[in-house]
Amino acid sequence: MLSSNRSHIRNVTAENNLFIRRAIIAFIGVILLVILLFSNLYQIQIKSHDDYQTRANGNRIKLVPIAPNRGLIFDRNGLILAENRPVHSLELVSEQIKNIKQTVDKIGHLIMLTDDDKKRFFKSVKAHRRYKSIVLKNKLTATQVAKISVNLHALPGVSIEARLKRFYPFGSSLTHVVGYVAKITKKELTRINRNNEEAIYAATRDIGKQGVEKYYQRLLHGTPGHQEVEVNNRGRVIRILSYTPPVHGQDLYLNIDVKLQNKAFKMLAGRRGSVVALDPNNGNVLALVTSPSYDPNLFVHGISSKAYKKLLSRDKPLINRATQGAYPPASTVKPLLALAALEKNIISENSIVYDPGWFKLPNVERKFKDHLAWGHGKVDIYRALEKSCNTYFYDVAYRLGIDNISQFMERFGFGEYTGIDIHEEKSAIMPSRGWKQARYGQPWYIGDTISLGIGQSYWTVTPLQLAKSVAALSVNGQSFSPQLLGASQSENGLIQIPAHPLTPIILKNDDNWRIIHRAMRKVNQSIGGTAYKVFKDADYVSAGKTGTAQVVSLSEDTKYEKDKIKERLRDNAIYIGYAPYEKPEIAISVIIENAGHGGSSAAPIARALFDIHLSKIPRPLHSSIVNAKSPTKTKLSSTL
Amino acid sequence: MMMPSKSAERGYARSVSLSNKIHIDIPLLLGILTLLSISMMIVYSASGASITMVKAQIIRIGFALMMMFIVAQIPPDTLRRWAYPLFAIGVCLLIATLLFGSSSKGAQRWLDLGITKFQPSESMKLILPIMVAHYITKHPLPPSLKHVMIGFVIVLLPTLLIAKQPDLGTSILIASAGLFVLFLAGMSWKIILSLVAAISAFVPFLWFFLMHGYQRQRVLTFLHPETDPLGSGYHIIQSKIAIGSGGLSGKGWLNGTQSQLEFLPERHTDFIFSVLSEEFGLIGVAILLTIYLFIIGRGLFIAAKAQDPFSRVLAGSITLTFFVYLFVNIGMVSGLLPVVGVPLPLVSYGGTSMVTLLVGFGILMSIHTHRRFNK
Repeated sequence: MLSSNRSHIRNVTAENNLFIRRAIIAFIGVILLVILLFSNLYQIQIKSHDDYQTRANGNRIKLVPIAPNRGLIFDRNGLILAENRPVHSLELVSEQIKNIKQTVDKIGHLIMLTDDDKKRFFKSVKAHRRYKSIVLKNKLTATQVAKISVNLHALPGVSIEARLKRFYPFGSSLTHVVGYVAKITKKELTRINRNNEEAIYAATRDIGKQGVEKYYQRLLHGTPGHQEVEVNNRGRVIRILSYTPPVHGQDLYLNIDVKLQNKAFKMLAGRRGSVVALDPNNGNVLALVTSPSYDPNLFVHGISSKAYKKLLSRDKPLINRATQGAYPPASTVKPLLALAALEKNIISENSIVYDPGWFKLPNVERKFKDHLAWGHGKVDIYRALEKSCNTYFYDVAYRLGIDNISQFMERFGFGEYTGIDIHEEKSAIMPSRGWKQARYGQPWYIGDTISLGIGQSYWTVTPLQLAKSVAALSVNGQSFSPQLLGASQSENGLIQIPAHPLTPIILKNDDNWRIIHRAMRKVNQSIGGTAYKVFKDADYVSAGKTGTAQVVSLSEDTKYEKDKIKERLRDNAIYIGYAPYEKPEIAISVIIENAGHGGSSAAPIARALFDIHLSKIPRPLHSSIVNAKSPTKTKLSSTL
Repeated sequence: MMMPSKSAERGYARSVSLSNKIHIDIPLLLGILTLLSISMMIVYSASGASITMVKAQIIRIGFALMMMFIVAQIPPDTLRRWAYPLFAIGVCLLIATLLFGSSSKGAQRWLDLGITKFQPSESMKLILPIMVAHYITKHPLPPSLKHVMIGFVIVLLPTLLIAKQPDLGTSILIASAGLFVLFLAGMSWKIILSLVAAISAFVPFLWFFLMHGYQRQRVLTFLHPETDPLGSGYHIIQSKIAIGSGGLSGKGWLNGTQSQLEFLPERHTDFIFSVLSEEFGLIGVAILLTIYLFIIGRGLFIAAKAQDPFSRVLAGSITLTFFVYLFVNIGMVSGLLPVVGVPLPLVSYGGTSMVTLLVGFGILMSIHTHRRFNK
């Protein structure tokens, strides 16, 4: 029966003992190996615990930045120029949807989906994690939002998301001042990285591209907040551990007066040109108009290439004419030339020049023509400016000489950046001997100087430079950098931006200012002044100067006939002025390309802006708005 | 035939107890049930609180326990008599698997029987020790060199067939099951030492000719896990982070970040130990190891108490193989050993190994409860 009986004679006890020995050895082996396992685990769990704890947290805890809301932009009256509006987009989470194609088809029955929308969406679905929300359609209209919303219960995994996007309610009239924001480009990203600002922009999508939006990007942007979140191995957020709210950007109050801005823009009516209005007492930019312009809202969502091509038209709406357009100043430089001549004692208040209809250099045959073929006869400084007599100023320029002219004009800021607080600006050209040598490799000719007398030849100015020079002239040489920003409002309260004075222009004889002022008043106020018709019934006294700049040089004998010349070859109309005469509050420059005479085309715009600006009851800057907004925090400094 | 002695009579009296009648060993069963309860808890946590998975696990456990009870009813002598035919069928099935088996992930382990899929290598884990135990104990012990050599051949045949599938984990387990039989049978130390030498010499051959690319990669990753933190080193690194961050008392049940946030791969199967370590800390680990040691101790006690050499070596081999499971698994998830697919015995989610292990314990119970007290 016993199994051992079947085989050979066996020593059962010895076999048993052998087994027990082996089993004990095995058990000892087991214990030793368990001790080995345990001591290794002790090493990991107790000795290196801190290290592994840190790594476990590193796995699961991520910082998610939250973009701050961009600061708003207002005009001086508190009208909003740039705001943040919620834009609705239709988004799908593929993880929560059984049949994506079916769902998209369902949505297609509710709202229009283009093939492009669908193609982009399905491509995106493949490229992203299944739990990520993917945009099917952007910029939903209110109707579309409503249509989807009532059907959301039948569309699991579909949602309507709202994001804040920049909106410019005044559209194209302020584009060149306010600028716009758009998606951050690769190049901008590189710059951000170079400035070590990655953390600030970590959650930001849009950045200021132009104008105030670009210049004051740092103020407008704000400080991002962050969320500390727990994520799983695929990066999905499981829960929020902590939350630091973002600090929204500062609200900016511009010195711009939308009423002036829009009036000027309307009056330009799509013609090519620019209007700049400054407060001569502090350099505040009241209006900075460029026409034609474009709708900045096009760029916020990414402009289509078709729409962009349109903007590259011959009229160049992308150019900020007010600060980047370099125009020959023509007769508008005559007041300053006269001032220079008075200052250099070349002329006096009473000196008289005889104008036969032309000016001739000694020993040279070439005649420089006056615009009146028969001449103005005997002309003093007042008559010369009132009638814009060319011959008088040929003579003045000739006697001043290039060096005096360029040195004097540089004091008024010609040929230099004005220092306005946007980046889009050109310095234009104030010619000099050195400049011509460097630019053309040619010496300066006397003939060049004569042309400067009527603001032609190489001399170019931007409308802003011109306005700035008028402003300085109107207040006896006080000068300021033109400034768009008036005040900024942060959580710490309102900060008024002080005026930025430049070196004042001091003359040897202060009476010389008054002579020029009187002469310019005649332009607007005396019968026979070139802008008299425009200003005759105004209930304030103003001063100004018209200009008509040749776009192409006409040969000596050709008569300029407006109607027969192609539009693009017509003269530019220019006007400068300020008001009120006694205590100037507004200085202006108007340039309209190819519009003919400055008195009839450009001056009416100046008149309209003077009317608006001077008729209103002046109120302290921003006060009403600011007080209404946060009465406790506001620290109003005295009005500028 | 001898008359039962007085002490045996007492033993006999005890054997009439209910547990003996239904061939169940209570201490072993208690140890097993404790482990299975732990298993359900950890599987619940590791699966992200999935009741479905726990239910599936309970069904498997129920089935495996039933198999254990059934096998416990079979007297060891019957198993011994079936050794040859079982072994022959097992080897044939292994060959069939290599020829017709269905493959997944580059390994051919399953035999599709139409109604159900079947993994012949799994049953070989028990058939081989039965076969070797039967062969070696037919002759007086300690075994002669000749018999040991033949024993080696018997061990090597299925081991190589399974290594060819390839299934490194299973072939290690099967080889050790067979070798434990030879060791416990009293194979001389000289042979053991020369075997160790032979294996050392065999390693380069194994590396260059027998191992698959992914197996070699596993070993390389084991040696330098940090070189490939996102690739094949990921498992080991994440597992060590899970274990280490658990600390002394752990993060608490269902609160392991490595497992709950799914940084830990294979967390309810091969890496379930890491989940336990993370959530219950070194204390939990100590408790688990204690339970394992208790089961192993009980298994060896049963082996020592067994009445015939066949039962002795078989019981001992099954117990020690059980230890190999846990040693290889814990060693691999804690970075001591390379990653080979061996589950944590009786804890990992999954049915196949659960059934094999519990059937093994059924054999142990059978050996313990079919003793005759008529020495």
